[in-house]
Amino acid sequence: MQTEWTASIRADELGFRVEAKALLQRVRLHADQGQLVGLIGPNGAGKSTLLRAIAGVLRPQEGAVWLEGEELDSLPAKDVAARMALVPQIAPYTHGFTARELVLMGRYPHLGRFQIEGAADEAIAREAMELTETDEFADRTLDTLSGGERQRVFVSRALAQQPRVLLLDEPTANLDVLHKLRVLDLVRRLVDEGLTAVAAIHDLGMAARYCDRLVLLNGGRVLAEGPPEEVLVPEIIESAFGVRSAVYRDPVTGSLTVSLIAPADENGSHPPEPVAKGGNGRAAQHPQDSRTVGPGPRADEL
Amino acid sequence: MREAARPTSMRQFRQAGISVRLAVGGVVLGGLVVLASLISLSLGPVEIPAGHVAAIVLSFVGLDLAEVSRTEHLVIEQIRLPRILVGAFVGMALAVAGATMQGLFRNPMADPGIIGVSAGGALGAVIAIATQLTGLYFLALPSFAFVGAVAATFLVYGIAAVGGQFSMATLLLAGVAVNAFLGAVISAIIILLPDNEALREILFWLAGGLDSRAWEHVHISAPLIVVATVVILVRARDLNLLMLGDDEARALGVRVGLTRVVLLAAAALATGAAVAVSGTIAFVGLVTPHILRLVLGPDHRVLIPLSALAGAVFVIVADTFARTIIQPAEFRVGVLTAFVGAPFFVLLLIRNKRQAYAL
Repeated sequence: MQTEWTASIRADELGFRVEAKALLQRVRLHADQGQLVGLIGPNGAGKSTLLRAIAGVLRPQEGAVWLEGEELDSLPAKDVAARMALVPQIAPYTHGFTARELVLMGRYPHLGRFQIEGAADEAIAREAMELTETDEFADRTLDTLSGGERQRVFVSRALAQQPRVLLLDEPTANLDVLHKLRVLDLVRRLVDEGLTAVAAIHDLGMAARYCDRLVLLNGGRVLAEGPPEEVLVPEIIESAFGVRSAVYRDPVTGSLTVSLIAPADENGSHPPEPVAKGGNGRAAQHPQDSRTVGPGPRADEL
Repeated sequence: MREAARPTSMRQFRQAGISVRLAVGGVVLGGLVVLASLISLSLGPVEIPAGHVAAIVLSFVGLDLAEVSRTEHLVIEQIRLPRILVGAFVGMALAVAGATMQGLFRNPMADPGIIGVSAGGALGAVIAIATQLTGLYFLALPSFAFVGAVAATFLVYGIAAVGGQFSMATLLLAGVAVNAFLGAVISAIIILLPDNEALREILFWLAGGLDSRAWEHVHISAPLIVVATVVILVRARDLNLLMLGDDEARALGVRVGLTRVVLLAAAALATGAAVAVSGTIAFVGLVTPHILRLVLGPDHRVLIPLSALAGAVFVIVADTFARTIIQPAEFRVGVLTAFVGAPFFVLLLIRNKRQAYAL
């Protein structure tokens, strides 16, 4: 527990309720400098709520957040924004701002009240946009961009904020496979250079591949916490997600991979082997299914 | 694509830096304010040549260049100039308050009256007229109107903030309810009023106008409007972030609750001061920021100061038409701005149909 006190960001026993419903219960999380911590968990587990609480966007009823050893509540909002950035899950409606203007907003916490962004800020914004390959549509308004392009613009804005702690809420949810890898590679590289990051990541394989530690949330509580190998085990995955799975090292990338087999509640009504599904006529019509069923002519060809 | 259809030069201007847009817009609109004022000063029942107008205006700052008639000097100094100044400040107040409300409500259809300011002001004025206090004290009407405007704003805000959970959606709905209620009270007073002269005065005032505005009206409204505009200008950057949502604004270091209250209060103050001296002049606050946003983009650091100038131009021009087209009678400026504003509003509705506006 020594590291907890020197952590860049630390959430201590956070509790958050909306009326009678507890969205967070005694949640503890910490990320040290140069660490990427992945938040995983089913829908409604409290991932976004936790990130928003850490960002200071919502105020938990219990517990406290510590940013670089200082309690978040005791710091001026602008001071927090100069050190910590949040990439929102759902990009808000942007009212005709161009991508460049939006990224430049990331400089606001670093400017005086009457200061206008200068050449240095422009350069920082440009660099941030180059990193996410959004510079090509810098002058387009955000409403003319696709969901994935917009998401990358919001990542750029967070980078332009030059934070020491970066919080990302499903940063890759709308991205195509190429940009999913590019964005996570970028975050990983920045973390290796000393950034601290906490990211809610939907894709368990991606979370395992990029994160130093994972925190598994379920029903507003931390169900498991630790290195990917310790968190991503079939029993834990089943108890959190209700899905039976197999976990193994991918022979190509060498990273931990989770194969989702079937919802756990179908256990009783179906024969134990998932392949047995191929026996029913409807499933056999899907070529994908027939391939996973195994010993067919196609498997022999391979 | 809407953007592609725009001329290149305009698009380049939209993409220019804040200081460029501010400087160019400021010079163009500032020039228009001066030009519209000079033209307006020379027009009226007594035609005053442009040269004389210039000479008289310069004499105010101590430069006596030419001899002009005493009558012309008086007409300009005591009648036209204060009226134009009141018009300019009213236009400035309404346009700045409109841009602020549209940003706060994240909705380009918001106008300064949305939180009950105009209706409250109208009720205050109607009470002053109905009780015949206007005959006793010259500034009774503007004072009552201002108090009504501020009280209505407090009421609407209080409803939205009740129970500690503030929401912009509740604020909007409370505004609708209070507007409707105050409107009913005004109607009731009008129906029950025995005095036809007072009735005519009320209807006249409700239509919004700048007739016989004097220096006193400049003195009571201008300081409030200038202070409110400065307060909003100081927080223009925060307004940009607030427009993207409370979470966004907080994550980028804005103290959301405080900023919102300050901006709402300043917008209400400006609108209240405008309503007090001019009645309800429609559509200036809605239309002006909207046209500017199409040319300048949504950044409030550009939008707010230039809305101030453009609103002034709008009202000066509209009032000049209002007092000259059916000479020697006068048209109401509020009627005229609605004539231009309402069709424009419809045009905006049609144009914006495709877009979804989040509250």
